Amino acid sequence: MWEYSDKVKEYFFNPKNVGVIEDANGVGEVGAIACGDALKLMIQVDPDTDRITSARFQTFGCGSAIASSSALTEIIVGKTVDEALKITNQDIADFLGGLPPEKMHCSVMGYEALRAAVANYRGETWEDDHEEGALLCKCFGVDEGMLERAVRNNNLTSMEQVAQYTKATASCSTCAETVEEALERINAAMVSEGVLDARDAFVAGALPPTRRAARKTSPLVELSTPTAPARLTTVQRIRAVEEVLTELRPVLQGDGGDCELVDVDGNKVMVRLSGACVNCQLASVTVQGIQQRLAERLGEPVRVIPVPAGH
Amino acid sequence: MKPVYLDNNATTRVDPRVVDAMLPYFTEQFGNASSIHAFGADVGTAIRHARRQLQALLGTEFDHEIVYTGCGTEADNMALLSALETQAGRNEIVTSAVEHPAILALCAWLEKARGVKVHYIGVDSRGRLDMDAYRKALGPRTAIASIMWANNETGNLFDVETLAELAHEAGALFHTDAVQAVGKVPMDLKTSEIDMLSLSGHKFHAPKGIGALYVRRGVRLRPMIRGGHQERGRRAGTENAPSIIGLGVAAELARTHLDEENTRVRALRDRLESGLLQRISHAMVTGDPERRLPNTSNIAFEYIEGEGILLLLNKAGIAASSGSACTSGSLEPSHVLRAMKVPYTAAHGAIRFSLSRENTPEDVEHVLEVMPGIVETLRGMSPFWDGASATRSAFTPSYA
Ligand SMILES: Cc1ncc(COP(=O)(O)O)c(C=O)c1O
Ligand code: FES
Repeated sequence: MWEYSDKVKEYFFNPKNVGVIEDANGVGEVGAIACGDALKLMIQVDPDTDRITSARFQTFGCGSAIASSSALTEIIVGKTVDEALKITNQDIADFLGGLPPEKMHCSVMGYEALRAAVANYRGETWEDDHEEGALLCKCFGVDEGMLERAVRNNNLTSMEQVAQYTKATASCSTCAETVEEALERINAAMVSEGVLDARDAFVAGALPPTRRAARKTSPLVELSTPTAPARLTTVQRIRAVEEVLTELRPVLQGDGGDCELVDVDGNKVMVRLSGACVNCQLASVTVQGIQQRLAERLGEPVRVIPVPAGH
Repeated sequence: MKPVYLDNNATTRVDPRVVDAMLPYFTEQFGNASSIHAFGADVGTAIRHARRQLQALLGTEFDHEIVYTGCGTEADNMALLSALETQAGRNEIVTSAVEHPAILALCAWLEKARGVKVHYIGVDSRGRLDMDAYRKALGPRTAIASIMWANNETGNLFDVETLAELAHEAGALFHTDAVQAVGKVPMDLKTSEIDMLSLSGHKFHAPKGIGALYVRRGVRLRPMIRGGHQERGRRAGTENAPSIIGLGVAAELARTHLDEENTRVRALRDRLESGLLQRISHAMVTGDPERRLPNTSNIAFEYIEGEGILLLLNKAGIAASSGSACTSGSLEPSHVLRAMKVPYTAAHGAIRFSLSRENTPEDVEHVLEVMPGIVETLRGMSPFWDGASATRSAFTPSYA
């Protein structure tokens, strides 16, 4: 069975905010029973302040789908609608102390439901069925908009990740080619915007780089060369990194782990994971989470490198 | 509360008598059966005895009809690969859509890598094989037909004897994956048309990592693993003596418990199944109630997802399994339930309970006690479950 974090188990066995809000003024429904998971999110928003005063959910799905839904309701209550919309699926996963990669789509479902509920509150006709660009995967109802958000929010660069985060291609896989093309297009756009290294971008049919090639042209070397000038001074950057880590620390400590800043070198941020984080299967998810948070704060791509203890 | 293990189709507990029989062959009689000295000779004798024990369970006549393998999967692979080599001019396989991955993944690879044509015969909503399609698929190009004796998810039994006869009419070999059937169904292979049969020890209280392929006398077998002369050169590699000896004892125990399997264990399964259906609405048995293993019950609970059920069962000390997507990591419900076209509202909530002779009436009562609450909790969270009668009356479990 999956290695679920204690937080996921807690939110599955004792989910908070299950049920219906009769007079909800924002309702978002995503997924379908055929797909194996579905979520109905109901929110009550104070129209004067735009603040979400309560949130409830009904979920059909596995343990992590129920936990993600519950976590989402906890995260958004008290936030304004605009604040809530800044939440990404990664925040949901982080809140839960990480999710197994195969289960990331549960957090994406929460994120999509929130967008749908807010659109409903605002009177927009946001529909699950593909207002935004073509429907790519029929089996799981993934359209271009949803794919692009999942790819950008989570820096997805492989078809395997796309399946883990959105389920697209995981059933009949007739959509494989279209989804490949879309992923290639989105990654290419990210590269030109400078948020993704060209070498990481997905190219349909390309072989993975050999180890030697990867070593010779490490993206890190390039990122720290003058062609990508850093906007912050080193001291500013270190300070910002420390701040982010301080924010994240309670989450990690909740799982019996910790994270410590070792060094900052250009866009490389060396951290040392300790305690439960070290051997945790989710270490890579944790690192990814930290990396994303840092990138947001610094406004530039960074690479978080876990260094072994004792270095 | 002692833990309740109802996942015996996944694997069984090794019987302590099996362990006792094996132990000396690790430390005292550790010799290589091929050696000339006493260390080896004693092991050779013990292996011969173990082979006879297994033969008795299968009802085979000749000792060289049994080839030991590393697992059930290996036996399945060996059967199909050998048939493609020995059946000159024949390059097609007929199998079913509900086989174990040990067959299906191999077939998918054979299609891709070797250009073999594979016919996947479908099943009806109760999981019964489409006999017309089976007959039609067999032909002068068929090297081998391979249909499982019992399905691991639903417990459905297939009429392997008739299937073997039909295959022979087309000049094809017939293999059956009997991994789930051995020890639960009486067998008398010396009167059977079956050419090859796979079994796996860990499904009937022997250790994991030991299996066997039965190959009817006269049927040619090409080795998959070449090397030494063990198993008459048909499966090289020093014999796994402790496991072979354990498998022998397990076979003997299975033979003495075979009646119990079909009486006491069956009664427990029936009590569990009818008890659950009585207590829980919108639940249906998947599979063919008339032709099933005595130990297996696969029940689909509508409007909820299997993983949640398993997590809550586990919390109550009960081990079962599910064909649901979420537990397997495949993102898709089981290929067996899909082949049976079990409605999506139910397929995601299918739970398999599989018993063994080690289960007790208390085990069953415990499940009957906790299961209704679990289903209610999860349905309470489900957006598709409106306790109101609208949904309830719209759905009638049916096998049609
Ligand atoms: C029907 C069937 N065939 C083959 C196998 C594989 O057996 P083994 O685990 O010994 O390789 C299994 C067990 O999971 C099975 O249920
Ligand atoms: S259309 Fe995408 S998996 Fe079927």
